[in-house]
Amino acid sequence: MFTIDPRRTDLAQEFKRRPFGPHSPELQAVLIVLRGSLHCQNLLLVCTRPHAEWTLAEKQPHGLPPRLMPEWRFDSLEAAEWQAFRMRWEAVTGQALPDR
Amino acid sequence: MNAPMPRVLGYADPLSAAPGETIRFMVGTLDGPRRYRAEVVRLVCGDTGPAGAGPRTVRLPTPIEGEHDGVPQLIDAGSYAIVERPEAFAGLTRFTLQAFIQPTRVPIRPEPARQAIMGTWAEDRAGGFALLLDETGALALLIGSGPAAALVSTRAPLTGRRWYHVAASVDLAAGTVSLRQTPLSDHTPSLERPVAVTASVSATAAPPGEFFLAAARQGVEGGRLRTCWHFNGKIDRPRASGRALTPAELETAAAERSGGAADADAIALWDLAADIPSDQVTDRSSNRLHGRTVNAPKRAVTGHNWDGTAMDWRVAPEQYGAIHFHDDDLHDAGWTPSLTLTIPAGTRSGAYALRLEAAGGPEFWVVFYVRPPRRGPRARTAFLASTATYLAYSNYRARMRQGPAELYIGALPIVDPTDLLLMYHPELGGSTYDTHSDGSGVCHVSRLRPIVNTRPTGRLWNFFLDLCLVDWLEAEGQPYDVITDDDLHAEGAALLEGYAVILTGCHPEYYSSAMLDALETHLGRGGRLMYMGGNGFYWRVSYPAAQPGLLEVRRAEDGTRAWVESVGEYYHSSTGEYGGMWRRQGRAPNALAGIGFVAQGFDRSSYYRRTAASRDPRARFIFEGIEDEILGDFGTSGSGAAGLELDAFNASLGSPAHALVVASSEDHSNAFQLVNEEMNVSFAGSDGRFSPAVRADIVFFEHPSGGAVFSTGSIAYVGSLAHAGYKNNIARLTGNVLRRFLDPAPFGMP
Repeated sequence: MFTIDPRRTDLAQEFKRRPFGPHSPELQAVLIVLRGSLHCQNLLLVCTRPHAEWTLAEKQPHGLPPRLMPEWRFDSLEAAEWQAFRMRWEAVTGQALPDR
Repeated sequence: MNAPMPRVLGYADPLSAAPGETIRFMVGTLDGPRRYRAEVVRLVCGDTGPAGAGPRTVRLPTPIEGEHDGVPQLIDAGSYAIVERPEAFAGLTRFTLQAFIQPTRVPIRPEPARQAIMGTWAEDRAGGFALLLDETGALALLIGSGPAAALVSTRAPLTGRRWYHVAASVDLAAGTVSLRQTPLSDHTPSLERPVAVTASVSATAAPPGEFFLAAARQGVEGGRLRTCWHFNGKIDRPRASGRALTPAELETAAAERSGGAADADAIALWDLAADIPSDQVTDRSSNRLHGRTVNAPKRAVTGHNWDGTAMDWRVAPEQYGAIHFHDDDLHDAGWTPSLTLTIPAGTRSGAYALRLEAAGGPEFWVVFYVRPPRRGPRARTAFLASTATYLAYSNYRARMRQGPAELYIGALPIVDPTDLLLMYHPELGGSTYDTHSDGSGVCHVSRLRPIVNTRPTGRLWNFFLDLCLVDWLEAEGQPYDVITDDDLHAEGAALLEGYAVILTGCHPEYYSSAMLDALETHLGRGGRLMYMGGNGFYWRVSYPAAQPGLLEVRRAEDGTRAWVESVGEYYHSSTGEYGGMWRRQGRAPNALAGIGFVAQGFDRSSYYRRTAASRDPRARFIFEGIEDEILGDFGTSGSGAAGLELDAFNASLGSPAHALVVASSEDHSNAFQLVNEEMNVSFAGSDGRFSPAVRADIVFFEHPSGGAVFSTGSIAYVGSLAHAGYKNNIARLTGNVLRRFLDPAPFGMP
């Protein structure tokens, strides 16, 4: 199985520069892991002001409503994607990414 | 949450009307009575954001515009059958209830609940009797009234998705109740054994009351029946007899799969294989205790004796004697009409909405359509709103549930507070992309309920994205009418008479046979078709004639599916038609439109590159004034015209040999994958980075009748029309085609 090398922070920087792609093959592999493992399928964004604000939320089991995370509110989709990427990178590799 | 949800909801009936005809709006408020404001608008463009052209609406002054008092309206979700003969089951002191059942949600989690199989139990009267599954999923009988009601349970939870014979024999004179649950043998090894229990009870005979299958009576609210304890799963051959069978007789009845009692003893012998296309429930006993289903449970499902030798319920109805009930089925919400609008004479045809707004929440859009006058002038161009597809997607919850959506979206799913209504109000029901609470697929959807995602805001998809096409027609100054799939199904090709050009929406995915026939007739009489999207004409649907407002889909056999249809249940209950993809039924979209679905991905849209065939003299009119090689490298839908879902030319599926592929997309991301029906054997390199098959083709071909077809092959296409003030190569190309298609000069075959 492919595993993420936590030293490859260059791939994280690539994602931050272009969260919506196109992505290099190595970053594509990283994203498949981050978005694909069971732990990582629970995030979504709630648009809390049209075209202006998005709040990260966590999906819940049994058809229950998502749990909003008001501490993670963003004024761009790019910033929201970056935060989700950082959270998952740390969850999967055990190592935190710097915000920058 | 700091982003409140709408406080007022509603729906319209009928969905479309001509000037002079009347539409009723059913409006309900949330969290108590409140004032709301209503306004009718014609929708020109949705709220596409800073990068798009919208939002744009045109107010239609009407008598219903203004402030109104609103009250909450009940939705009693959950399917059941009811026999409205209250006297028939009153005063019984000796009787037996039996059925074959296949429970699909045992026990219910996270909140344990009872599931009634049959009986007259009424919570508001605290009396009656019910054969049920208790909170643990064990067979039980509840009988009596008030605090003295007795509950007898086998205390042996049933196994989900296994067939059982269940029975309760009641002798109130002797003061005994016998229960028996017998697992039926199937192909799965099991240690489970029959369980029989006999207990002493002291209970009074039941008062008069309606008899239910798969629910109990909660009470009456606002003049409407409310039900509870909905059963999830199949019930087959329910019967009631007027004799208390002995435990030995119950054992024999289970072993022989018979009633164990002479038919002369029968109170009711319900034959659920009868009248499958309808809501009727037939009693074969002499008492004729017929009933009806409520909230469209799934019929034409395999019964306890289905052996795999028949796949079509019409061939072996005796193997289809079951109904699958769900606690979240919904057909007609049944709300009281709140506002009534007679479409004013002279109102132009279009997509309209009743915009509802109550203080403290965002607006709620009730979309409806004004068709042209029944007798009177029509435009020569018609936009065919994909109302079957909008309905198939209505109240789509899947993005808010756990699952791999992000892997095919290629980004975080995005919802808004209006979408979240679905998670706080499960009674609104789901879409055909969702599963029921028991995990089975939703095969029925209804327009007779509030629908949160057919609107000019939110996710840029389906109706919202189709408004980009409407907006472009407006910008072109092109007169057009708006007609609907629903009307096309009901009226056939007659609806299309007088139109030179029919433009589809961006994703006309769901089609009935009558709708396909009508489009073919249109082309056969020299008409022109502009298929303005991707993944069109893909799934067969039916509109159950006996249950207006409903749409049925069976995701059979193959295809890109949100869920997989149960084996043996591929045939529609409403029509008997074989369900699934048109491609598997001799009517691939390629034959009608020149192209068919090949790939999907939802991150970044791409562009088209012109082909050598675009220089063919036959295609000259398409590219008049266009020198660019690259088409549509811009747009509001993923920043490109080629994206979301893609169709390509394939002669082996019926794409006409003389069709010109004038442009093809390229450079799609790895989120775009070939769809599974394009791969007999899975293989590496089937994504947009590697596979040349992952592409959208723009196709043009002439029809022998003098008509013609133009197809774009991409859902995202219409999102590019407004770019740069409608001055771009996609808008130019589309306009070129529309103008030539409006020219009555017939197209000659090459």
